[in-house]
Amino acid sequence: MLNINKTQTDKDLVVALEGRLDTMTAPDLESQLQAGLAGVEHLTFDLKGLEYISSAGLRVLLSAQKTMNKQGDMVVKNATEEVKEIFEVTGFTDILTIE
Amino acid sequence: MDKKEVLAKVENLPEVSAFIDEKLEEAGCPMKVQMQIDVAVEEIFVNVASYAYEGKEGLAEIFFDIDSDKKVNITFVDSGVPYDPLKKDDPDVTLSADERQIGGLGIFMVKKTMDDMAYEYKDGKNRLTLIKSLV
Repeated sequence: MLNINKTQTDKDLVVALEGRLDTMTAPDLESQLQAGLAGVEHLTFDLKGLEYISSAGLRVLLSAQKTMNKQGDMVVKNATEEVKEIFEVTGFTDILTIE
Repeated sequence: MDKKEVLAKVENLPEVSAFIDEKLEEAGCPMKVQMQIDVAVEEIFVNVASYAYEGKEGLAEIFFDIDSDKKVNITFVDSGVPYDPLKKDDPDVTLSADERQIGGLGIFMVKKTMDDMAYEYKDGKNRLTLIKSLV
């Protein structure tokens, strides 16, 4: 289960994720981002409620980062210790801007 | 030793994860380790579901065992095409976002977070074992 809450103010988009970003739920987030990133210059992922992330989820974040490198910036905030550990193991701490 | 048998299909991942989580919770597994094991189980099961039977239907068996030192042993068995995921090259995790390829991360995460892994092809079956200490 993944809840995706998007809040857009002009060119700022905040995507709050709650639950599990895994093989089952990543395609949903991916398609919502494909439709939702046009014109966005500042993208923020709020991971406070994210309990779990697998490589399928990391792929979506990497893909969003690549998109945002071309049109603005992207920040990931409020990740739990467990999720941060996954970012560290995979080298994502160097790729993503983690606050 | 506990066993779970499911059709090797991605949609059966929640069932496999629930089986593993139940065992880990019984064992008092710390949350961080549980997440690492969950990720490993997902990567391996999704690999089997996606490639082992080349689109045909087939079974995946998952064996769970824990010894008195709280060392967990999880083995995935399938009768699909022989495939050793441990032979796959690691991705370069020092590259920037634009240089990084999307994919290839799964098995790398498993290698980094598990204490040990073993693969063998025996009697027409792939057997991949994950070993992780809970303490």
